[in-house]
Amino acid sequence: MPGAVVSSKEFAKQVTVVVTRESIVGVARHLKDAEDFRYCVDVTAVDWKTRAPRFDVVYHFYSFSKNDRIRVKCTAADGEEVPSIAEVFLAANWCERETFDMFGIRFAGHPDLRRILTWDGFNGYPLRKDFPLEGIDTGAAIYPEEWPEGGGPSKNDPNRKVVS
Amino acid sequence: MTDEKPISQAEKDEAAYFARRATEGGVARPTAGVPESPAAAGAGVHGAQEAHTLFDVQEMELNFGPQHPSTHGVLRIILKVDGEKILEAKPDVGYLHRGTEKLFETETYPMGIPHTDRMDYIAAATNNHAFCLTIEKLLGVEIPRRAQLIRVILDELQRLSSHLVWLGTSGIDLGAVTPFWYAFREREQILDFFEEYCGARLTLNCMRIGGLPFDLTPGWTERVLEFIDDLPARIDDYEQLLTDNRIWKLRTVGVGVISADECIEWGLTGPILRASGREWDLRRAQPYECYDELDFVVPTREGGDTYDRYIVRVQEMRQSARIVRQCLELLEPGEIRGKVPRVIKPPAEEVYASIESPKGELGFYCVSNGSNRPYRMHVRPPSFINLQALPRLAKGHLVSDLVALIGTIDIVLGEVDR
Repeated sequence: MPGAVVSSKEFAKQVTVVVTRESIVGVARHLKDAEDFRYCVDVTAVDWKTRAPRFDVVYHFYSFSKNDRIRVKCTAADGEEVPSIAEVFLAANWCERETFDMFGIRFAGHPDLRRILTWDGFNGYPLRKDFPLEGIDTGAAIYPEEWPEGGGPSKNDPNRKVVS
Repeated sequence: MTDEKPISQAEKDEAAYFARRATEGGVARPTAGVPESPAAAGAGVHGAQEAHTLFDVQEMELNFGPQHPSTHGVLRIILKVDGEKILEAKPDVGYLHRGTEKLFETETYPMGIPHTDRMDYIAAATNNHAFCLTIEKLLGVEIPRRAQLIRVILDELQRLSSHLVWLGTSGIDLGAVTPFWYAFREREQILDFFEEYCGARLTLNCMRIGGLPFDLTPGWTERVLEFIDDLPARIDDYEQLLTDNRIWKLRTVGVGVISADECIEWGLTGPILRASGREWDLRRAQPYECYDELDFVVPTREGGDTYDRYIVRVQEMRQSARIVRQCLELLEPGEIRGKVPRVIKPPAEEVYASIESPKGELGFYCVSNGSNRPYRMHVRPPSFINLQALPRLAKGHLVSDLVALIGTIDIVLGEVDR
């Protein structure tokens, strides 16, 4: 893969390869077909709040024939789209959804990019470093606006609370 | 004179209720014997259509869960069904999301261990183990041999108890109530061993970075050995109830068949992968602690269906008993904690470590920035990744088989949602 690899390093017998964001699908396909890394272990991200491209997207692959793992990383700035590898590895589907849900990194070409752990309409990305631990008032209601018949405060009641 | 019974007031009320439901867009039921009210005839598009196409091919959306007992927690599945046949299943997870990964980042390394108990809450020891192993890899510390052996014993007891819970509950899901009582009898004994060791039965918090919090209490090893001696006969009991049971076979053979290649494609690990014929177990493939010197077999089957996954798990229980016995024989007095600094500040590096948990590959990915708390701690939960393949397994089966499939994946929602 000429031009794809930016840098590589090794720590505790684990190899990390940093590649360019555009080439990630090609790298994944190459690892799967040519290098026999057929098992996509995990996809996640790291938020480096103050660094220039803000996020690292981290992929782990495993090869059964080599009995070895490889970690592939690419960087993404806030709002930048990363090509999705869900078409190459089915296992990456939910992992990418989780990464999107937690960090707000969009994966271009993902078949079903929705939030997975938080609910639709949640307004924030919990694993970003600027998201406070105690949570934020997202303004999103878990429960519907209408209360059941014969119970609960009316819609016009000023004391009515919407849990968010 | 007519033969029809007079219509009671209650029946009229019911008819009016369903007519009202129909106008509000709810599901209407055909009301036999009651003349259609003008409201239902006028606005009940839904109701009229359903009455005519009751036995034709018709897609229907069915909400399964999140409060259904056979989902083993709070899992919601949106099913598209044609009668009893599943056309599409969409799992909806996240009801138990507690932000465990965020909590790891805000607390020091040792303070993260109790959070891992709450992920896979029926196999806490393996979670503790994976977490500690990751930090130890980052620090580059070796743990003493006695601690290694005790860790393996705790792991395998935990695997036994996790598989026993699986056996009991997925038996109940399919209508076999009896194995549940036997399985939970043995599990109770294992929980007693844990209680004696660390004071807790479920949220164990039984490992520390660099070793163990406590040494074994006097007489513990003898009692465990007695239990392990007894165990094969008890596993025979479970097998007698299920293995050749005709009803059990009817419900499990050929349900949710998946090949090894497809398992790898979907990222399925653990007993599911082994039941499809791939002999892959992290204890054997990438041994940690002292698994490389222990003598055990990685059980596999070729069929890849629910029945084979049952057989693999039962065989694994027998192997776990073997491993525990070997470790008990190898135990010698010694240190239980390695040389770990008082304040844990690993180098600014990143590391991934994984172990074979009862459900599959459980991994932790830790990024350190040199401070005393992890900069980023990510969990690779086997339940979450394995659940992903449920739509693939369930497609074309009946709704009642879905219950068998949720059981056979062996999910714990605490780990799926974290």
